[in-house]
Amino acid sequence: MIDNSLWPLMILASSLIPALLIFFIAEDNKFLRSAVNIGGALIKLMLVVLLVLGIYSGEVYQISWQLMPGLAFSLRIDGLAVMFLLLSAFLWLLTTIYAIGYLENSPNRARFFGFFTLCVSATAGVAMAGNLFTFVIFYELLTLATWPLVVHRGTEKAIAAGRVYLRYTLIGGGALLLGTVLLHAFAGSPDFMPGGYLADLSLPSWVLWSVFILLIAGLGVKAALVPFHSWLPQAMVAPAPVSALLHAVAVVKAGAFGIVRVMFEVYGIEYADAQGMAYVLLILAALTIVYGSVRALYQTDIKKRLAFSTVSQVSYVALGIALAGPMGAIGGLLHIAHQGLMKITLFMTAGNYAETLGIHKIDELNGVGRRMPWNSFAFTLAALGMIGLPPMVGFLSKWYLGIGAWEVGAYWVMAVLFLSSLLNAGYFLPLIYRAWFLPTPTHWPNERRLSRHCETHWMLLLPPLVTALTVVVLGLVAGFALTTLGWVQWLVEQEFVG
Amino acid sequence: MSGLLPGLVLWPLACASLLVIWPKATKMLALFAVLGTAMISILVFNLPHGRWALGGWAAPLGIGWRLDDLSQLMILLTGVVGLLISLYAWFDDSLPRPFWLLWLGAWAAMNALYLAADVFNIYVTLELLGLSAVALVAISLKVGALQAAMRYLLVSLLGSMLFLLGVALLYGQFGVLDMLLLANAMTSNFSMMFALVVMSVGLMAKTAVFPLHSWLPLAHGRAPAAVSAILSALVIKASFYLLIRLWLEVFAPIPTEVLVQSLWVLGSLALLWGAWQALASANLKPMVAWSTVAQVGYLVIGLGLVAHPNTPDGWLWGLLWLMLAHALAKSAMFLAAGNLQQAAGHDRLVELGEVSRRQPKTLFAFGLAGVSLAGLPVSAGFLAKWWLLELGLWHQAWWLVLVLVLGSLLTVGYVFRVLNIALNTEFKSNVEPEALILIHPVREWVSLGLALLGLVAGLHASWLWGA
Repeated sequence: MIDNSLWPLMILASSLIPALLIFFIAEDNKFLRSAVNIGGALIKLMLVVLLVLGIYSGEVYQISWQLMPGLAFSLRIDGLAVMFLLLSAFLWLLTTIYAIGYLENSPNRARFFGFFTLCVSATAGVAMAGNLFTFVIFYELLTLATWPLVVHRGTEKAIAAGRVYLRYTLIGGGALLLGTVLLHAFAGSPDFMPGGYLADLSLPSWVLWSVFILLIAGLGVKAALVPFHSWLPQAMVAPAPVSALLHAVAVVKAGAFGIVRVMFEVYGIEYADAQGMAYVLLILAALTIVYGSVRALYQTDIKKRLAFSTVSQVSYVALGIALAGPMGAIGGLLHIAHQGLMKITLFMTAGNYAETLGIHKIDELNGVGRRMPWNSFAFTLAALGMIGLPPMVGFLSKWYLGIGAWEVGAYWVMAVLFLSSLLNAGYFLPLIYRAWFLPTPTHWPNERRLSRHCETHWMLLLPPLVTALTVVVLGLVAGFALTTLGWVQWLVEQEFVG
Repeated sequence: MSGLLPGLVLWPLACASLLVIWPKATKMLALFAVLGTAMISILVFNLPHGRWALGGWAAPLGIGWRLDDLSQLMILLTGVVGLLISLYAWFDDSLPRPFWLLWLGAWAAMNALYLAADVFNIYVTLELLGLSAVALVAISLKVGALQAAMRYLLVSLLGSMLFLLGVALLYGQFGVLDMLLLANAMTSNFSMMFALVVMSVGLMAKTAVFPLHSWLPLAHGRAPAAVSAILSALVIKASFYLLIRLWLEVFAPIPTEVLVQSLWVLGSLALLWGAWQALASANLKPMVAWSTVAQVGYLVIGLGLVAHPNTPDGWLWGLLWLMLAHALAKSAMFLAAGNLQQAAGHDRLVELGEVSRRQPKTLFAFGLAGVSLAGLPVSAGFLAKWWLLELGLWHQAWWLVLVLVLGSLLTVGYVFRVLNIALNTEFKSNVEPEALILIHPVREWVSLGLALLGLVAGLHASWLWGA
């Protein structure tokens, strides 16, 4: 058997090495590039599945080495990490297939797929970071690796969006770095620890607060918390696979995941609650949820509406954590995975409408269900899930968030959740209605024949169908141990009991 | 093994003399010289520390050499970076022949400077280095280059004179020149503080510390790429190395809080002004040169932080790390800039899109080097900037911490300006793609290699502080 300490490195290498190879594969050698890409993704998924079983049976995977005096680069895989790893590895495989179909015959594919795969490494690093210092490294690396993807098209608009993206994320990264250095100066840089490590140190209150503000501002930029969110809708000029990636797995989730780590394993949720930090985060998250939904309501562009929906939905994670109770935590953690599955389906299907029929605006969706039934079917399932209808997974997250709010007596949060669901319905149902119930127009804005047998290229259709299926199946089998719900319950038990 | 040491100086000098006698074999001899010197530099890294009197003459009279962690590191750094820059220069046919003669002279002078144990020998080697560096700037014999070289020559001479004045003061006070003896005898009084200030001003002029920097953007901007890389990555490090020796060793009891904080202020001004000028620059090479002015600011701040009377021992390694990170990143960046400039025939920023898309490796090298300069992970620069932030926080110098972060963001600004232009497909330059000149692939690989070295080094700093 392989030494347990090598597993984190293998996970990193399974996408880092393909990324480096892809940079040097000739532009027109499509077959080799796709093989390296998909091969790497498959190996990674296999490794992660093995890890899930290992973690479940109590194995410990970690490795660390000193980079500087008192500062260790540390990788560790725990239950939370493996959930994020599994999500990213699974969605990555599908997005890669999708991206290969999407970018067929377009220029600069070596660069695109190189950075695309580098992002997976960075995301895996974010998941496996064993302390705040290591987290910062991968968090920034993620920024750098996604920037070339945002500006990929090279148009003035893309470059401008990239500039905004960099401005936000790098200033956020600077805040995160400052907070981390400050914390390091006062508390050292211990590994993330269930229950947090700051409670026993009794640091002065101004340190606790300034570190908290710096960290949450830094993480909030990527997690698109209001008022740090406006880069996200602008980044929509990126190709659809990139949007799927930014919104579902990599960037916004890295921010949300960081908030989870900081609240649970640096401050400790009880300590953060006692100091009043959890409440600040709660208000911030609730504001973001309502604001994002309201803005989404007014968008006429499909991708823009989805983008503001992301702003709103990702904050469910922070909201659940900030409730500072076990049920809320379950809801928040569940949403890391669930929002990813649903949002990636929505973005891929929206991309398919655009690629196949040239549909970008909402009022162009009329009758599209008859022209692209499978694609519309996947879109509908995911949208209904977002609204929170059972048996889709979105229901589970909202259910637990609601109970979590009840449990800690934050009744106004229940009102926020209810309002948000109404708004979700308000901006998703018209799309579904148009797609299925309105008559088909005489011609589409820009129709292209991508396949002789299917409604669109199979590489574009298969990935959203698979994720849509997961959205339903995970909701149906929620009672079993190795589903998202079972896993998250197990995690929260460790956090609140252990 | 210590018999290797003279080789560090004599081998490049011997090859350089042969070059003069036998100019037709320039490239062959250059190859021997470079490989030999680099090999010795690497071997010297593992030698035990010690002191030697050259030719058997004892300390007060003869030339004393010594080897310690600091000098070993500088020799190694010069060896590795020098080797890679030489490789680049070897494949650059536009460089005139005297380049090799002057470069080998500068290399020998730097090695001798790092080995010298007394302040007078340092003065001599400093002069040799200054003269070869000035000649390197003038090597293209273009009018602009000659002007820049003339200004550099004056600043360099002034700097050496001030240094010599300090040497005289030291000798008058203690009657010895050996740095260790001086350090042991050092007492804090006004004339010694004056000596420190005078010598520092001289060395700062040579290092292009703000506000004595104005010669640098001209000199580094107008020289050929390989020369700019040598000057920015290595030559200014030599005078900065002496600042470290003076502040932390020879004059160790002298630096007061005020002196140290003036270093912080100078460094901060350099950082902001240099980065601002780089952002405003319309041409690529002056931009990279202004970035050197800014980065020197980081070095000066670092020196001020370590030299602060309250700073405990054991922080020096970060300053060395900063030098190493800068040397790797800046040489990679200048070489990359040179590739773009030669291929396009100009270095006007907004028109470089086409050529940089045709040299993805060069562009990648530029980006990676920029990431290291800005202090973003994963890179050697990241650890260096972390070290600066940590020490700044340790001194509770909040404004300094803010300046450091701001400087990083400005750095990102000018690095990504270049990348933006490269990735922008809508801007069409009026240069036909066919007019672009082909660059030897080795030159692309060298700049990428240096940038990657800066990245890999960032993963493992412990060999430096563990030593």
